[in-house]
Amino acid sequence: MAKKHLVLVGNGMAGVRCIEEILKLGGNEEFEISIFGDEPHVNYNRIMLSAVLAGDTTVKDIELNSLEWYEENNISLYVNEKVTRVDKENQVLYTDKGRETSYDHVILATGSNPFILPVPGADLKGVIAFRSIEDCETMIDAAKTYKKAVVIGGGLLGLEAARGLLNLGMEVDVVHLPEYLMERQLDEVASGLLRKELEQQGMNFLMSKMTTEICGTDRVEKVKFKDGTETEADLVVMAVGIKPNIAVAVESGIEVNRGIVVNDFLQTSAENIYAVGECAEHRNMVYGLVAPLWEQGKVLANHITGKHQEVGYEGSVLSTKLKVSGVNVFSAGDFLNTPESKSIRVHDEFVGVYKKVVIQDNKVIGAVLYGDTSEGTKLFNMIQSQDDISGLSSVNIIQNVGTDDAGSTTTLSDQDTVCGCNGVTKGEIVRAIKEDGLCSVNEISSCTNAGRSCGSCKPIVGEILAETIGSELASASNKETICGCTDLSHEEVVEEIRAKGLTHTREVMNVLGWKTEDGCSKCRPALNYYLGMVQPTNYQDERESRFVNERMHANIQKDGTYSVVPRMYGGVTNPADLRKIADVAEKYQVPLVKVTGGQRIDLIGVKKEDLPAVWEELGMPSGYAYGKTLRTVKTCVGESFCRFGTQDSIGLGIALEKKFERLNTPHKVKMAVSACPRNCAESGIKDVGIVGIEGAWEIHVAGNGGATLRKGDLFAKVTTTEEVIEITAAFLQYYRETARYLERTSHWVERVGLENIKEKILNDDKFRSELVERMEVTLSTLVKDPWEEIIESETLKDELFKNKRIEVLQ
Amino acid sequence: METVVKNNRQIKVASLSELPVQLGKEVIVNGHEIAIFKLANGNVKAIENKCPHKQGPLSQGIVSGEYVFCPLHDRKLSLEDGVVQKPDTGCVKTFEVTVKGDDVFIQL
Repeated sequence: MAKKHLVLVGNGMAGVRCIEEILKLGGNEEFEISIFGDEPHVNYNRIMLSAVLAGDTTVKDIELNSLEWYEENNISLYVNEKVTRVDKENQVLYTDKGRETSYDHVILATGSNPFILPVPGADLKGVIAFRSIEDCETMIDAAKTYKKAVVIGGGLLGLEAARGLLNLGMEVDVVHLPEYLMERQLDEVASGLLRKELEQQGMNFLMSKMTTEICGTDRVEKVKFKDGTETEADLVVMAVGIKPNIAVAVESGIEVNRGIVVNDFLQTSAENIYAVGECAEHRNMVYGLVAPLWEQGKVLANHITGKHQEVGYEGSVLSTKLKVSGVNVFSAGDFLNTPESKSIRVHDEFVGVYKKVVIQDNKVIGAVLYGDTSEGTKLFNMIQSQDDISGLSSVNIIQNVGTDDAGSTTTLSDQDTVCGCNGVTKGEIVRAIKEDGLCSVNEISSCTNAGRSCGSCKPIVGEILAETIGSELASASNKETICGCTDLSHEEVVEEIRAKGLTHTREVMNVLGWKTEDGCSKCRPALNYYLGMVQPTNYQDERESRFVNERMHANIQKDGTYSVVPRMYGGVTNPADLRKIADVAEKYQVPLVKVTGGQRIDLIGVKKEDLPAVWEELGMPSGYAYGKTLRTVKTCVGESFCRFGTQDSIGLGIALEKKFERLNTPHKVKMAVSACPRNCAESGIKDVGIVGIEGAWEIHVAGNGGATLRKGDLFAKVTTTEEVIEITAAFLQYYRETARYLERTSHWVERVGLENIKEKILNDDKFRSELVERMEVTLSTLVKDPWEEIIESETLKDELFKNKRIEVLQ
Repeated sequence: METVVKNNRQIKVASLSELPVQLGKEVIVNGHEIAIFKLANGNVKAIENKCPHKQGPLSQGIVSGEYVFCPLHDRKLSLEDGVVQKPDTGCVKTFEVTVKGDDVFIQL
């Protein structure tokens, strides 16, 4: 039997989604499919245009169906080509390129057009809508030359355009006719909160203003309002609404009202012609949100392929769950109060959360949520189910308190859409979890696309995960496992290594049931560290399980060259060393010589192959500026020269650096010694920071000057340098034994508790001396400088640093 | 610098015994950088030495099973087909490897 010709008019989200549903039902056997689109692109996610404009993603990333998809499914795609008329008697359609095609079925999915205000000047240059990739590009270009943008329309689309234009560096006025923003989705309180937030982000609002004229000679120059005021404009974006695109239906004599009129099976007045999406009008409703479009697409796919004929489309209850400029908002049903309804309200001005649930006759009829939308799905279900809620307390209605079930998702059916942006249902998510053995929200996102766009559905995806695999497992997947290769936590792995006497990374992965054959870049270095920590004398460190910097003993740069930092104990150097550094830098044409924050000198941009020679000529030990180890001990001048110094900070600093250099630690460790509370060596923000005071030393721990600044905690006050070294050794060893790999002391102390560590190290003399003893054993194995080891070994030089050059003669 | 005559489009790039297990080797053929890997299972793989993300030298990455992790930003690439693993995207060129005795050849 010859295949029937199915033509889709409109290459957008609703139409192509419907085709996908048809293909899922085996439509390829039955139909030869053609798609006409008047844009020059493949099908893309129009909802994400605002993210493109805001610079969060690229046009390429919002493609929903690649050219290959059309090819693989044998779909003939005609872009830049508009269907102008359908001859319903003879079943032929015509395009603006003069093409004629006969058809068996036509799906009209022409979407909608932006509504352009009929005011003088609306056709000036610089006046655009916000609907397509081209509009986005126009705005991005305009922002390069022009300064001031005016967005007309304070609805979702207008606000997203405004946010994008702010990101592009433009000044933005938002003009809105009603008194408050997003009046169709929000009540006055929520709208006020949103306005305040957006004003803080830099938007300027012109409320209750009716635009009467756009002025300019060639390009737009200003916008005038009915009240006589005006505002300057280099760019005007109209976002006042959309209207169904019904041109081709009108031209073809198909019944239209506001949209193309369809019945419950999406059939238009003409035989074999259907309509879905924003262009369709069903039971007097035209939908502009995606969830109803997905439902329509499914019904039509079932109908057109002859499956489940009896199930028609019965309309959708609307809920809106959105992220506007980083703020989550939700609304559903009749959320504006009437004399007949009452509402429960929560307004927490401290955290910026507002919730309102509207109730009439003991039923939830509408809701608005601002700031925290996690109850959106539950409330939406209550609205849809119309259950009597008189048995529930107000608190139970407005938040998930005291409910033991896995949250609100148990009440969702498999057909319910969870991710509105990408049209992913609960059923698809559950199937992916079960079939592909997924156990994290991120895995589900990359597999099903749920949560990949605005991200507001991620909490629900998490709940579905918990519901599907059990909350224990789901929270197990949220516990800090080493990586995706195992379900075991860092602590559990270390315990197993000790208990079973494991000696090799491969053995650990085998015995503990790793999910991957050979681990990954996260667990291998961690296992290598733990094995070395547990068995300092026996374990053979694995070069191949070390991150590049620790394997090469140099710091990789973005161009693949390396940086070299020789040791400079306590930040003290001398003319001979400086001369050597200068000579090497010249000889190897080092592009950048820089003083580091840790008081030493960095030679940046050394070629991989030159590293061994550079080290050899320097003749200095490695400064370990690349390692998870002690980096440097920063010192101030101290008593030998400083008129305030009360202690020998340089002497103690050098002693500490010499003692602990080369020690493997869970993450890098920085130390400092200052000779007085003026703290010139910045001891307050080091992992171990020593401060000299009159007759004593203070030891501060867990300070951090990095991404999250943390002031160190005073750990102990002692009188001798021997005690400083002893307590430092015990502290570092306890850190080595109980911290997770890649956990800095600042996070470790917060997790384990300072008092607990003090108790163990300062009050338990026996435990402290055991720690020190284990530290000494470890230090005794670290006698060889790694640079020297490499210089002396031809094998290491060959294996790690030498490239092979081959010239092929043709 | 070694000079070889192209023979049946296969060129010898290394000796099997000189390749360390799970450590990449950078081989530059006519100025073109190729990363050669001897895997834990003894198989040898060859891919272009440039991560599609920011041109990181893949030969310096951690090798796990049939994958390498870029040393610059930890992108995971298959050594089998050169494809960057989800959720990242991209692909590097792969080269067919033949081992005869101790000689490792790649097909350009």
